[in-house]
Amino acid sequence: MSAATTGPTPAAATDDTWVVVPLYQEATAVGEVVRELRQTFAQVVCVDDGSTDGSAAEARRAGARVVRHCINLGQGAALQTGFDFALRDPAARFVVTFDADGQHRVADARAMVERLRAGEADVVFGSRFLDGRTEVPRLRRVVLRSAVHYTNLTTGVRLTDAHNGLRALSRRAVGSLRITHHRMAHASEIVSLVGRSGLSWVEHPVEIRYTDYSRAKGQSLLNSVNILVETILG
Amino acid sequence: MLLIQGVLVVALLVVGAVLVRSTADVRHQAVRRLLLVLLGVLAVTSVLVPGAVTWVAERVGVGRGTDLVLYGLVVAFLGFIASSYRRTRALEAKLTELTRRLALDEEARDAHRGPPAVEDAQAPGTALPDADRPGT
Repeated sequence: MSAATTGPTPAAATDDTWVVVPLYQEATAVGEVVRELRQTFAQVVCVDDGSTDGSAAEARRAGARVVRHCINLGQGAALQTGFDFALRDPAARFVVTFDADGQHRVADARAMVERLRAGEADVVFGSRFLDGRTEVPRLRRVVLRSAVHYTNLTTGVRLTDAHNGLRALSRRAVGSLRITHHRMAHASEIVSLVGRSGLSWVEHPVEIRYTDYSRAKGQSLLNSVNILVETILG
Repeated sequence: MLLIQGVLVVALLVVGAVLVRSTADVRHQAVRRLLLVLLGVLAVTSVLVPGAVTWVAERVGVGRGTDLVLYGLVVAFLGFIASSYRRTRALEAKLTELTRRLALDEEARDAHRGPPAVEDAQAPGTALPDADRPGT
């Protein structure tokens, strides 16, 4: 698949990598996110999950390929669609998942792909708790820590950060995962699928930029109740 | 026969008929229908022989017949919630597969035609996939 290049010429070394950006109602942020990504990664696919605010057009203008759910299904479903899209490209060896609201750093994503390339593991999870770069608001820290605790208890995979949208996966890993939790419980689901499938994994320290924008758009803490229920009921 | 007995029996039969005709996957459907018939028989019996429920209630250690009916209702309602949750999940999974397939095929089609036109003219709120591409 050739990327519809309209932006700057990205490094050729990333032609075997697809960056999957689940996209829902992020018209004001996604353009900048895609442009920044494309300075490093040639191939960016935004999975627009039924946005009505012109997010898809913004992403396209910034040079991303856009796959568009005609109805809103949830972020887990969008990620799986992105995975399926990447797998359709026979040249794809690595897949990065990256949030559309600008909270992740492209340099982190790049370093994570390098670790995959070096053969360190099948999956690299981003973690905001491995170094001191990220200032996590206190209540959020408590909820995230509980989520990690729960995920560690139930999946057998010991992580420091369970709900980080920045991950890098090998083609083999992407091919063996099947996300079925459509809304937000997919984060724990991915971890548990990785644990069960015997894929190797490592964590990589990443920085989360808690801007006012991402704070306003981000997961409401109440939604963690929904995540918990979905995770338990299956 | 009391008037209320007649009304209740007719209402129960109508509701039962409507429920039995609804569709879903075959084995669950069969079980559900059997349970419904059982429930119908019990309901009609309790209407025709009002003392029976109280009699059963006393045998199982519940004071009044109405309490027994209430407990049964609570259990049945929880069962209904559980089964409708499962059915919704199954339906969602199908809907997801369908939407995903549609999205990927559309993208592949557009990619074949060269870089897609940027949809500047598209007004917010008209996100239907083919609304902006008539004639395909």
